Amino acid sequence: MPGLPGRRDVAVVAFAQTDHRRRSDELSEVEMLMPVLHEVLAGTGLRTGDIGFTCSGSSDYLAGRAFSFTMALDGVGAWPPISESHVEMDGAWALYEAWVKLLTGEVDTALVYAYGKTSPGEIRDVTTRQLDPYCVAPLWPDSVSLAALQARALIDAGDTDEPALAAVAARSRTAARANPHAQLSGPVPAGDYLVRPLRTGDCPPIGDGAAAVILAAGDTARRLCARPAWIRGMDHRIEAHSLGVRDLTDSPSARLAAERAGAFQQPVDTAELHAPFTSQEVVLRKALRLGDDVDVNPSGGALAANPVMAAGLIRIGEAAARIHRGASDRALAHATSGPCLQQNLVAVLEGES
Amino acid sequence: MPEVLSAPLVVEFPFTRSLGPVQSAFLTGLRERTVLGVKTSRGQVLVPPVEYDPATAEEIRDLVEVAPTGTVTTWAWNPAPRRDQPLRTPFAWVLVRLDGADTALLHVLDAPGPDAVRTGMRVRVRWAAERAGAITDIACFEPYEGEPGAPAAPHDGRFADPVTGIVAPARLDYTYSPGRAPTDYLNALAERRTVGERCPSCRKVYVPPRGACPTCGIATAERVEVGPRGTVTTFCIVNIKARNLDIEVPYVYGHIALDGADLALHGRIGGIPYDQVRMGLRVEPVWTEGGRYPDHYRPTGEPDADYDAYKELI
Repeated sequence: MPGLPGRRDVAVVAFAQTDHRRRSDELSEVEMLMPVLHEVLAGTGLRTGDIGFTCSGSSDYLAGRAFSFTMALDGVGAWPPISESHVEMDGAWALYEAWVKLLTGEVDTALVYAYGKTSPGEIRDVTTRQLDPYCVAPLWPDSVSLAALQARALIDAGDTDEPALAAVAARSRTAARANPHAQLSGPVPAGDYLVRPLRTGDCPPIGDGAAAVILAAGDTARRLCARPAWIRGMDHRIEAHSLGVRDLTDSPSARLAAERAGAFQQPVDTAELHAPFTSQEVVLRKALRLGDDVDVNPSGGALAANPVMAAGLIRIGEAAARIHRGASDRALAHATSGPCLQQNLVAVLEGES
Repeated sequence: MPEVLSAPLVVEFPFTRSLGPVQSAFLTGLRERTVLGVKTSRGQVLVPPVEYDPATAEEIRDLVEVAPTGTVTTWAWNPAPRRDQPLRTPFAWVLVRLDGADTALLHVLDAPGPDAVRTGMRVRVRWAAERAGAITDIACFEPYEGEPGAPAAPHDGRFADPVTGIVAPARLDYTYSPGRAPTDYLNALAERRTVGERCPSCRKVYVPPRGACPTCGIATAERVEVGPRGTVTTFCIVNIKARNLDIEVPYVYGHIALDGADLALHGRIGGIPYDQVRMGLRVEPVWTEGGRYPDHYRPTGEPDADYDAYKELI
């Protein structure tokens, strides 16, 4: 995206996440979130009062608690009043908002966080409430069922088969052995069909977790982080509303977002894809033109831990952390929202040598 | 650490939604066993119909009737139907391209098992016995071996007594746990003690505690018993009876700063005529037999507190 007036360089300078667990009954949302907020602040030496803008992503529907994000703000220390915003979306979109705020030049630093406590509810039922209320939601099609329709379409099209999907699951959870925060790692059985053709092994673990990121601009970023993960571009796009209008074997929105983010200008060495179901990785690899030389989901991805509303932000955080520690020079991070990869965000991150 | 509290929580709303001209015709049509689509300026027929072309955003209103028969474009076998899904027995989710349509409709297929389902199979609508103008007027699809339906034909979308809105019930069930700090608070309350938590930095005592100091953004942990007496800092008189609340109106609901707390909590104020409650009134909790929390607060009979004593807590 050339030619933006006042364009600034913005980087991810810190990332933290909780251990992701099936349940966290002993913790309220703010109790779960606060340690990661403290961790990213400590990692940069910043205090709440130093942060120019705070933006969060979460959904009240997950735990059934109205305005839970206002209580989560207790963990930030929001008094005296801070400049703050919230999206009822994955935290990746909160990061997008914060990035735009930094690009305007209004602020030099931003705190972005997201959390999801799915254990109190039935996530498969909860996600039906985001669907078209006239023709789709009254049927209560759960998230696994919709993903299975997409998986079948991919198998019919010859893009994959059940053993290939099982291999995606195995590769992800093997990689997750190096991720201390993962909920599911190592050998996981393919399992029975949950909704055919998807088996339990093709589906993400259900669990609770939180993550936080700090963004900073220009020299502030260089001061806060030895090797900032510079955001070279970021864009998000959405598919047509109705599933029956879409070609479920492709993701034009992910491809367009990647193009607008500059992902195709040079090869990436790493891709963190938000693909909660094995079949969705097949779609994304194709749409994002990722070859076998790209290290896809070295963290294990959403198949290893899928705290809803945080899992997309974690993809950006994992990609950035890899750049921070010198394991990647140019990484693609992707986040998704909605059924069958309905909406897609792509960010391109780079480290300077 | 004591056992974490949990309780069932049901979130339930009957959403009342109005229908535009296109959705109204579509859902009324289903009631009359007629499936309508909409035709774009490029000649594509969309079923279910939408008001705007998803490719061009052009407003589209040309309704057409399509056949109740069609072809499965993808499917997924659901061996364990969930509570509100259309069929009680195992079924296939299907996207069906109806004869005459260019896009597919999501619904369910009643079939004996996954071996009886394949992409490309022919199906037809099984209408619900009672229809009200909703997508569930299609009970499900069923396998169909007959002739293909007629091509799409223009339809004026007019029906007697059109459906103009739907009521969409939504119920989600949760098992709610309040977390550590509120659990400690509620357990102490059940023993008729009010216990807050002090911020290690600013020293404020929060009641009820939520586990974090909203000023400092750090965890609170030091437990501090407060009250039982307190001061009314502000109040309102409730004149409208809330559903499921067995309290006569008018009654008084107030903010009460318990002695030793740096935050006022909410409570009903009773034992005094509603028009005699005032700021600065000294109150104490009233417990009922077996109650896990105070039923209400009543006057202690002490002189009113000085305004300066509670002005920072209003």
